[in-house]
Amino acid sequence: MSAEPLLLMRGIVKQFPGVRALDGVDLEVRRGEVHCLLGQNGAGKSTLIKILSGAHQPDEGTITLGGEEVRLTGPTTAIRLGISTIYQELDLVDGLSVAENVFLGHERARLGFVRQSEANRATRELLTRLGHPEIRPAAEVGRLSPAAKQVVSMARALSRDTRLIIMDEPSAALAHDEVANLFRIVRELTSQGVAVVYISHRLEEIREIGDRVTVLKDGRTAAVGLPADRTPTSQIVSLMTGRTVEYVFPPRRARPAAGPEVLRVEGLTVPGVVEDASFTVRAGEIVGLAGLVGSGRSEIIEAVYGARRSSGEVVLEGRPMGRGGTAAAVRRGMGLAPEERKAQALLLDQSVARNITLAGLGRYSRLGWLDRRRESAEARKLIETLDIRPGDPDRPIKTLSGGNQQKAVFARWLVGERRLLLLDEPTRGVDVGARAELYAVIRKLADQGIGVLLVSSEVPEVLGLADRVLVVREGRIIHQADATDLDEHRVLDMIMKGSAL
Amino acid sequence: MTDARGPQAHEKSPAGAEPADAARPAAEEPQTGGHMRAEVRARKPSAPPGPLARLGEARHLGLVLALVLLAAVGLVTRPENFATASNLVSILSLAATIGVITVGMTFVIIGGGIDLSVGAIMALASVWATTLATQSYGPFVMIVCAVLVGTGAGLVNGFLIAYGRMVPFIATLAMLVAARGLAQRMSDRKTQLVQQGNEAIVELSTTRVLGLPLLVYVFALVVAAGWVVLNRTTFGRRTYAVGGNPEAARLAGIDVRRHTLMLYALSGLCCGIAAVLIMARTTTGSSTHGDLYELDAIAAVIIGGTLLTGGRGSIIGSILGLLIFTLITNLFILNGLNTSDQLIAKGLIIIVAVLLQRRSLESRT
Repeated sequence: MSAEPLLLMRGIVKQFPGVRALDGVDLEVRRGEVHCLLGQNGAGKSTLIKILSGAHQPDEGTITLGGEEVRLTGPTTAIRLGISTIYQELDLVDGLSVAENVFLGHERARLGFVRQSEANRATRELLTRLGHPEIRPAAEVGRLSPAAKQVVSMARALSRDTRLIIMDEPSAALAHDEVANLFRIVRELTSQGVAVVYISHRLEEIREIGDRVTVLKDGRTAAVGLPADRTPTSQIVSLMTGRTVEYVFPPRRARPAAGPEVLRVEGLTVPGVVEDASFTVRAGEIVGLAGLVGSGRSEIIEAVYGARRSSGEVVLEGRPMGRGGTAAAVRRGMGLAPEERKAQALLLDQSVARNITLAGLGRYSRLGWLDRRRESAEARKLIETLDIRPGDPDRPIKTLSGGNQQKAVFARWLVGERRLLLLDEPTRGVDVGARAELYAVIRKLADQGIGVLLVSSEVPEVLGLADRVLVVREGRIIHQADATDLDEHRVLDMIMKGSAL
Repeated sequence: MTDARGPQAHEKSPAGAEPADAARPAAEEPQTGGHMRAEVRARKPSAPPGPLARLGEARHLGLVLALVLLAAVGLVTRPENFATASNLVSILSLAATIGVITVGMTFVIIGGGIDLSVGAIMALASVWATTLATQSYGPFVMIVCAVLVGTGAGLVNGFLIAYGRMVPFIATLAMLVAARGLAQRMSDRKTQLVQQGNEAIVELSTTRVLGLPLLVYVFALVVAAGWVVLNRTTFGRRTYAVGGNPEAARLAGIDVRRHTLMLYALSGLCCGIAAVLIMARTTTGSSTHGDLYELDAIAAVIIGGTLLTGGRGSIIGSILGLLIFTLITNLFILNGLNTSDQLIAKGLIIIVAVLLQRRSLESRT
């Protein structure tokens, strides 16, 4: 392990509309080391690796690779300089063979003709080097297991004379024994001098495979180059959580002594994702689901909403939900603010008003005929109630800020009568000021007797907003408690280590 | 809502803000209005744009200008023929059949799909309605038959696409081939004449009111109905939602599959009506009717500014697009130019129209 750093990032700043994702991040990676990147969701990890892979350009700061200052103007530049990225969602072409995927973009060719046999031979060599000679170069990638696909991704990275491999939560899709093999490959790579930037939420993995740790928090570097094997967990967790931004949470009302049960879920199972989840939500209560991305929390919400096939029982106000899907859920008084606002909730080309009234059109119509005056009056009223800015109902919704778009999604569910609101990452991509407003809206809705089921990756948000917290890890609810009986440390501990204290 | 610390303070919605739901006490109504904010910021009263304002929108203005330009070309090159009553009648009669189909196509495309089978469905409907067996029941049953056959074929399309999860392009391509084949089989590849005693159908094209044949009024009626449904009903609103973002529509509680099914049924219904019009105009039913109508209809919709990806578009644009196409055909015929040049001109117009629209889209966003 040489002392001369392979990669040096200094003072990296990246600004997105309304949010400063990176605010002066430093990173130093040595040859042949496994450098772990830790941080809560929203701390800036993804933005940082997107800059490293050339997908984003930094607004400020310098990047030095192997002693030379470089500008990563695009993914091709990064690859040419020897930086490969293995994403969470593997970017392989399912319809092509293993060998074709490995050499995609730099095919072994002569005069434009692909030299198939040579590609196959080279691929076999790479796979053998990675300890997986059983994967056939001619096999179709779409038929491989997630673990095998990951090996192919790594073979692809190696095929390009890679000096630095970025792995974004590589273990998320893997079973336990497959993780062991992943680590074997990582060690193999580092022994050949390749550096690995390893991102994971699981502390035990970082202890096992990592050499040094850099902690990010709120777009800044909280700590550089901590030894991975002996830094105490408490120190790491407090580096991740020590907050500079204070959130303003609305005060909780005295717990509704015995608000009627709005939702009862029993033995909810989504094969491979959620196992045997049981919980209740009472009227006027905010229940928070705390867990990592991929832990099954969003799937729980979607299954309750009828947007995802599941087994088990979902009972709304004493009556079981049938198989009517989302239409029945909305009819029965559920509403969902989904995780991906733009992709799953909004009609981006359409006006604010039309986005608000989408789910409640039946209320302004008779025999299918729209009463547009009433529709427009209601939209105006909701825009005012939630203080959506700018307050023009005819403005295209895509011109609004994230926070105001989210308010419009909330407004959609204030049309008509709601018994249960399902909120999946309601403050994602929302700036701090608008967050406080959204929190207040959520609390106010609960105070009006609506049950709220809330998912958030940000533990402080769940703890500050919810009355009761369910901790989700690997598809199971491992702990339930009143929010006031929990603190951030304990919840993070449970989320990352699975130890329900 | 500006005071984040005072969310408990809330008041009830004023009574009558929403129709009271008998099943729930009013006190449990989620707050949807009321006096949360003391001050109400002044807002310009902006009524939703009416049809006239819509016509004046930039994209439609361009189409209207193109129409005017083409008319001017007609007036200059064929002053003695172009502006005559008989020529205008023939332009409109020609436009009527494809026009009705274009209305259905506009719905399908705004809803995120495509229907390649329209011409073939129309041919099948015209053949089915003119078989000797059908004709023996008289003109009324012939019309009902055409409309039912069209709607039925559309339903088959819709089922395959919405519930069989087939790609619209492929499902309707299969329908195109199969419906033409069925039409050929039923008619034995012969042109079937509208029999004596059933001339009532032909009167749609021979009877004139205010100088225009009845079928032009049918066309106008279908356009008006299409406009109303698209702009004034929940069905129309949901069509935009389903085409613009099907996932968002589904999560908003819209039954996207059922809606898709209805969109193709609607397109089929329009093909059935078009079959009646073509029987009236040609006095025949034939498996060769409506050849390549699908391309003309799709082209008209695209020229009219509807996005092929769905979620955006208008009936008026489609009809203007169709009139541009029809006018070009008319000008070429009047000037004795050959049909090959006509096809080249149409192709160029599609390209120019799409390029112009992309520029106006980009300038707007």
